[in-house]
Amino acid sequence: MNIRFDKLGVVIAAIAAYAAFLAPFATFRANRIVPGQARSILEALPATAGPLLLAIVVVAALVALFRTALVLRLAASVVALAALALLVGVAGTFLTSAGNTFARVSPASGFWILIFVFTLLLADVLTRLNLSPWARVGVLAAVAAAIGLLLVSGAWNDLSILKEYANRADSFWAEGSKHVTLALGSLLAAVVVGLPLGILCHRVERLRAGVLNVLNIIQTIPSIALFGLLIAPLGWIAAHVPGAAALGIRGIGTAPAFVALFLYSLLPVVANTVVGLAGVPRAANDAARGMGMTDRQRLFGVEFPLAFPVILTGIRIVLVQNIGLATIAALIGGGGFGVFVFQGVGQTAMDLVLLGAVPTVALAFAAAIILDAVIEMTATKRRVETA
Amino acid sequence: MKAWLPLLLRLALVVLLVAFVTSPGWFEPLLKPLTENNAPVIYNQGSLLTLTLLHLRTVLIATVAATIVAVALAILVTRPAGAEFLPLSRSLVNIGQTFPPVAVLALAVPAVGFGEKPTLIALFLYGLLPIFENALTGLTTLPANVVEAARGAGMTGWQRLTKVELPLSAPIILGGIRLSVVISLATATIGSTVAAKTLGEVIIAGLLSNNLAFILQGGLIVAALAVLIYDGLSAVERYAARRMGREAE
Repeated sequence: MNIRFDKLGVVIAAIAAYAAFLAPFATFRANRIVPGQARSILEALPATAGPLLLAIVVVAALVALFRTALVLRLAASVVALAALALLVGVAGTFLTSAGNTFARVSPASGFWILIFVFTLLLADVLTRLNLSPWARVGVLAAVAAAIGLLLVSGAWNDLSILKEYANRADSFWAEGSKHVTLALGSLLAAVVVGLPLGILCHRVERLRAGVLNVLNIIQTIPSIALFGLLIAPLGWIAAHVPGAAALGIRGIGTAPAFVALFLYSLLPVVANTVVGLAGVPRAANDAARGMGMTDRQRLFGVEFPLAFPVILTGIRIVLVQNIGLATIAALIGGGGFGVFVFQGVGQTAMDLVLLGAVPTVALAFAAAIILDAVIEMTATKRRVETA
Repeated sequence: MKAWLPLLLRLALVVLLVAFVTSPGWFEPLLKPLTENNAPVIYNQGSLLTLTLLHLRTVLIATVAATIVAVALAILVTRPAGAEFLPLSRSLVNIGQTFPPVAVLALAVPAVGFGEKPTLIALFLYGLLPIFENALTGLTTLPANVVEAARGAGMTGWQRLTKVELPLSAPIILGGIRLSVVISLATATIGSTVAAKTLGEVIIAGLLSNNLAFILQGGLIVAALAVLIYDGLSAVERYAARRMGREAE
C-alpha cells in the first residue's frame, strides 16, 4: 500500500501533537495579576469533553498528515477550530467555581498553538481552492458571524478577556469607535488630498521628486515622535485661531493623532497614484487624444479607471497601517484600542492587553481581506474590459 | 555642481548627527525655546550616544536574523521540494503584515519579559515580510535563459543557487533589506514602551514630562539615521544591480 504524506501536514501534525499533549490548554489564576497555574486539556475540561477534544484534534491532525481530499481537510480544520472555540469557553466555566468573581481563566499556549496550526490548515485549503474575491469575503463574514454568535451567546463569558470587557463595556465601544474614526477619517483625508496631489505630480514632472522626497522623509520620523511633535503646533492653533478649539482641535488628544496618521497616509496614496497613472499604456492615451477627448475627459474616462487598482493598493496599505498605528494614539491621549494595551502593559495584566490587541488585529485583518478582494475585482474587470 | 550637492548635504547630515549625539550640549541654545519652566533641554537620564548605539544594535540584530530566515524561506519555497509551501507562505506573509507592532510587543512581554527581547521579536517579525517578498520576487523572476544556461553547463542545484540565482537576486533582496531597516528603525522606538533601551526612551520621556525638546531630539536622530541608512543601502543596491546588469527595484 502506498501511503503518501502531506509535507505541510507533517509539520501541522507534529506541532498539534505537542500542543495537545504537552502544552497547557488553559491558565487558572486566583486573581487577575498573580502568576497562573497551567491546566492540560484533560484537567481543564469536564470528564467527557476533554477526551472528546483530544479525539477531534488527533483525527484532524491525521487528516492533515496524509494526502487527503481538500473537502476532507476543510471539514477537519473547521470542526477542530469550532471545537476549540466552544470548549475553551467550557473550560472557563469548569475551572471557575460558581460565584467566584476574582478567579481568572485564560487560554494558554496549547490553545493558541492549536488555533494557529488549524488556521494554517484552513488557510492552506482556502489558498489551494483559489476562491473568488466574493467567496473570500463570504468566508470572512461567516467567521465573523460565528465569533459574534459565540460572544452574544455567553459561551465565553467565563474567560478572563471577557471579564475585562465586562468591567469596561462602555469604554470599550467608545475607544473602539474612536479607533475606527481615527483610522478611516485620516484615510479619507489622505485620499482627498493625496489623489489630486498625485495627479499633479504625474502631470508636473518638476514637482514629483520634491513632493515624494518630503513624504518619504515624513515616513522616517518614528510615529511616537510625530504624534508628540504635533502637540505644540496644534496647541498653538487651538489657543490663537478663533473657532479652532470649538472644532475639537487641541494640543493633546485626537487632533495630533489624526494629523499624524494623515501625514503617514499621504505617501502610499500619492506614490501609488503616480505609479498607477504612469502605468497607463501610451496607446490608450493616444487613442483618447485622437478621439478628441479633453484633458479632463481623458483623466476621468481613461487614465483614472486604468490606474484605479494600483491606487486601491495604496489605500489598502494605508488602511491596514492606520489601524495598527492608531493604537499608539493612546500615548498622547488620543484614545483607541491602544488605551487597553498600554493600561494592560502598565498593570502587567495581559488579559487587558488582549482586550485591546485582539480587536485591532481582527480589524486590520478584515480590512486587508476585504480590500484585497476589491482590488482583485477591479483588476479583473479592467482586464476583461481592455481585452 | 549638481552632482556633488546631494553628497555634500549627506556629509553635512552625518557631521551634524555625530556632533549631536557626541556633544549635545552645543545644540542647547537651539532647543532651549522649546522647553518651559527651566526644564532640562538635553535628555539627562542617559547618554544620547549610548542610546543611539543600542538602538542601532537592536535594529542590526533583528535585521540580520530576519534576513537569514527570510532568504532561507524564500530559497526553500522556490526549490521543487518546497514548491508546495509557496502559496501558503505568500498568504502567511500577507496575514503577518496585519499585526500591529504595539500588539506584537505587548503580547511578547508575558512570554519573554520586559526589555530588549520583545522589541527584537517584533522587529524580527516586521523585518521578515519585506525581505521575504523581495527575495521571492528576485528568485522567481530570473531570466530563464540564464538559468537554462547554468543547467546546461552542468552546474548542480547548489552551484546554480550560490553562483547564479542568489547573485542575480542580490539587488532585489537588498531592496527588501533596506525597506525592512527603515521600518525597524522607527518601530524600535515603540519598544521603549516595554522598557527597551532605544531612542524611544527619549521621546517617551518627552511625552510624559511634556518636554518638546526631548521629543524633537529623539525623533530627529532616528529620522536622520533612517535617511542616511536608506541612502547608503540604495547606493549599495545600485552598485550590485550594475554589476549584475539588472534593474534595481
